[in-house]
Amino acid sequence: MKQWFMLTVVGTDRPGIVARITTRLFDNGGNLGEASMARLGGNFTIMLMVQYDGDTAALQRLLAPLSAELGLHFHIDEIEGRLHEHIVPDVRISVYGADRAGIVAQVTSALAAAGFNILDLESDVAGTERKPVYVMHIEGCATRGIEALTQAVADFARDGLDIRLTSIDTLMG
Amino acid sequence: MFDVITYPDPRLKQVATPVNVFDDALRAFVRDLEQTMRGGPPSVGIAAPQVGSTQRIAIVDVSSRPKTRSHGRLVLINPVITRRDGDVIGREGCLSLPDFTGNVMRAERIEVAAFDENGDRNTYVFEEFEARAVQHEIDHLDGLLFLDRLVSRRNDLFRRKVYK
Repeated sequence: MKQWFMLTVVGTDRPGIVARITTRLFDNGGNLGEASMARLGGNFTIMLMVQYDGDTAALQRLLAPLSAELGLHFHIDEIEGRLHEHIVPDVRISVYGADRAGIVAQVTSALAAAGFNILDLESDVAGTERKPVYVMHIEGCATRGIEALTQAVADFARDGLDIRLTSIDTLMG
Repeated sequence: MFDVITYPDPRLKQVATPVNVFDDALRAFVRDLEQTMRGGPPSVGIAAPQVGSTQRIAIVDVSSRPKTRSHGRLVLINPVITRRDGDVIGREGCLSLPDFTGNVMRAERIEVAAFDENGDRNTYVFEEFEARAVQHEIDHLDGLLFLDRLVSRRNDLFRRKVYK
């Protein structure tokens, strides 16, 4: 039986990495599930659900030539591949401000304490080297309501962070 | 009750044809379509192509949503959008594409002319959520799914209102 794996790949970015990895997997009986690729600080990163008829070691061996050729690090975990069970987020939170250490820790701790479950998070460091700006977008579920979250992050405005909470009303048609 | 067909059923990508005869058969179809909408998973609208029909018929009802401007139960036959104002991004899902939601840009305010099941022509002004629902359903009549209009989630500021 085919097992699901989470394949994490990190390396120096260059054109064609996704094509090379996925073709190697496809040519050897692999099937892909959900994936998320991002270029973080110039590094290529991807997390990829792979269904493969073999164990972790076999998958590692299959990808080893690409690791050597493209200078990529592969990390493989056996996972349960539960598809078709997406949770629909009900709040989107946008945060931005002058970059400093601790923004993510402080904001997400306040949100977690107010009942927020993060489903999706993306952040970028924008601006310039001299004046970096932190920009973060989070989506998730407010298990105790959006008002609790609004109160939880109210104090950050005084620290110069702009935080906007928007309820997501998903139209089902 | 009809079964709701799901993508990749090719009937969802067909342009539906106008209704010419407003008879009991049409009214029976509208009743069944409405029952399908109300009897299935929660939704604020349904279009005939979602049950495999090629008629330009949509039903919208956003009245169950709190704090939402609503005309109540709407039967929109051969609907035409005669005016669009403003752009707004919002999240949509679709009975014909389970387990996926995405951001779609829609006009914030629309004017629509449509017939009801008795053949009477009405004009409407729809705003905000109701306008989005009507646009989503009219898209079905033109063989379009919200997938055809997705805008990026990443880096999207998700402003409620984006004026040109």
